[in-house]
Amino acid sequence: MDSKTAAVVCLRGTPVSPGLARGPLVVLTDEAHGPAHKRGSAAEESTRLRAAIATASAELAELMERDGEAEAQTILAFQVAMLADPVVTEPALAAITAGAAAEQAWLTAMDSQIREYHEADDLYFRARASDLRDMRDRVLRGLAAVAAAPIAPGSIVVASDLPPSRFLEITWDGGGVALTQGSPNSHVAMLARSRGVPMLVGVEQADLRGHTEALIDTDNAVLVASPDGRLAIDFASRQQRAEIVRAEAERYVGVPALTLNGEQVQVLINVADGRELEQIDPACCDGVGLVRTELILHAAADLADEEKQFQSYSRILRWAGGRPVIIRTLDAGGDKPIAGHTVDGEANPFLGIRGLRLSLLHPQVLTTQLRALARAASLGPLKVMVPMVTSPRELDRVRVLRDSAVAALRREGLECATPELGMMVEVPAAALAIDLFDADFLSIGSNDLIQYVTATSRDSSALATLQDPLQPAVLRLIHEVVAHADAHGIPVSLCGDMASDVRCIPALLDVGLRCLSVAPTALARVKGAVARHRTAKPKGGRLA
Amino acid sequence: MTSEPVKVGSVPRARSRAVLTHVGGLHARPSIKLTQLAKRFDAAVWIAVAEHGPWTDAKSIARVMAMKTPHMATLYFMAEGEGADDATGALARLVESDFPDDNVNGQ
Repeated sequence: MDSKTAAVVCLRGTPVSPGLARGPLVVLTDEAHGPAHKRGSAAEESTRLRAAIATASAELAELMERDGEAEAQTILAFQVAMLADPVVTEPALAAITAGAAAEQAWLTAMDSQIREYHEADDLYFRARASDLRDMRDRVLRGLAAVAAAPIAPGSIVVASDLPPSRFLEITWDGGGVALTQGSPNSHVAMLARSRGVPMLVGVEQADLRGHTEALIDTDNAVLVASPDGRLAIDFASRQQRAEIVRAEAERYVGVPALTLNGEQVQVLINVADGRELEQIDPACCDGVGLVRTELILHAAADLADEEKQFQSYSRILRWAGGRPVIIRTLDAGGDKPIAGHTVDGEANPFLGIRGLRLSLLHPQVLTTQLRALARAASLGPLKVMVPMVTSPRELDRVRVLRDSAVAALRREGLECATPELGMMVEVPAAALAIDLFDADFLSIGSNDLIQYVTATSRDSSALATLQDPLQPAVLRLIHEVVAHADAHGIPVSLCGDMASDVRCIPALLDVGLRCLSVAPTALARVKGAVARHRTAKPKGGRLA
Repeated sequence: MTSEPVKVGSVPRARSRAVLTHVGGLHARPSIKLTQLAKRFDAAVWIAVAEHGPWTDAKSIARVMAMKTPHMATLYFMAEGEGADDATGALARLVESDFPDDNVNGQ
């Protein structure tokens, strides 16, 4: 490393717009208001001020032309309207008539406007103070006849605060912003988020003279000036990965999944408690392939609360907007205890009273859940799935409970529908004898299936190599289940971690699966992996 | 702000009111639309958050924004001069329809 190169400096900040950026470092000092101007006559001063205001308005209008985005338009239109408002300009012109220089008159008039907002209780109005300072400074630059220093595309811009109109003038192209002040509610933060420009606020102060390069890493909430070799390499590889993820998301997330040879694959999502759906566009998936209700029903009290369950399930159905939603009945026990409900002190909980076994031990709890599910089924294509099914009789018992729950609801005059009843295929006994089960649909739970087939505990990292999902034993079982389902027109999907693992996608498609239920964050990469694969033998068959 | 404008001779005068359902209140975008609409009328137009004022010039973005009107406030409009009726009617409709049209230029 060059001896003149400055040593690495790491400064912490608060991320307000996520991302990784690296580029030439530009430190903006609080702008000087230009060389002192010799005050002219009142007429000359007011002509100067009017000209500077006109120039500022024209610059802002030009920015509005360049930027069609609503947030930017509002900020710029507000500034243009303020500059055209005599309430703003008249006091300055009056001060000039009374003997003030244009700069002083404008500063005083604007400061009284800024004060209106600076102390507002409402955060939105308080944040407008920075829009007005921005406008004030633009006019002052016009008075001093100094243009704002141009900033190279892709720069890392460090400043105390960055006015929105300045932000809009910069070509970001992979650059980022670090502000020593600033707030998450400021317009510039909103702009950064909508443009995908990484941004930190409240960054620690430091003297960055002598540094020419910097990076912003919002994962670690840092601005790094003069990043050294190792740091820079690590950053570059993360940036590359992030770029692949971003490019895949852009290309695949919004379109149906098609293999290289044009076969359609349904990609559904796994849902925990439903709150994560707010961030997801339902058009990006073919439905919900798994709702883990044990993550909605945290406490024993929730298990008896039919109304609360109905509301939770309804919310997911409304979100799905007519796409299928598979909701799994309580899968407690094993590594998912519910105080007061699951059995304590089992020697081997994964082989104990868990999933459907527990539900059948408490039929009243299962009935409450089936009632809530049948009521929600009146709102859209809801399907019920039961976990840990081992014998056909267990599934038959659930069907009887479902039918009597529906009959009771009808007697009570409550709106409901009879949901389809399907099963998880995760116990080897079920997978091996799948032809004996009377299920409306199947969903392969690969996590437990692998654990039980390989006789290796899921939580043992020492046994990881034995748990390879791509080993023949597991794939053969999956193949047999899929072949049976296809032969009998039973929809089949896979909802374990395998479906979200891009290494496994080719093998799953080759054993005939055409329906995957994945983590929402994996949607784009799974669709990308599907798009890159040519299936071994084209096949039809009904899908879930 | 002004006190209640004095009615002079037979100059037409009109009033209206509307509830501000716009989420967040009278922010920059709705304020711009409101003042731009007010400026289209020759009549003098005022806005207030109480039936008897104090009244604010509805054509001034600086004054209207400085009211910092919150969500669900009732806005009162008063106009005086040519087209006063049209002005108060149009402003109330703008507020009731939640400031439609994404173009902040109001074009």
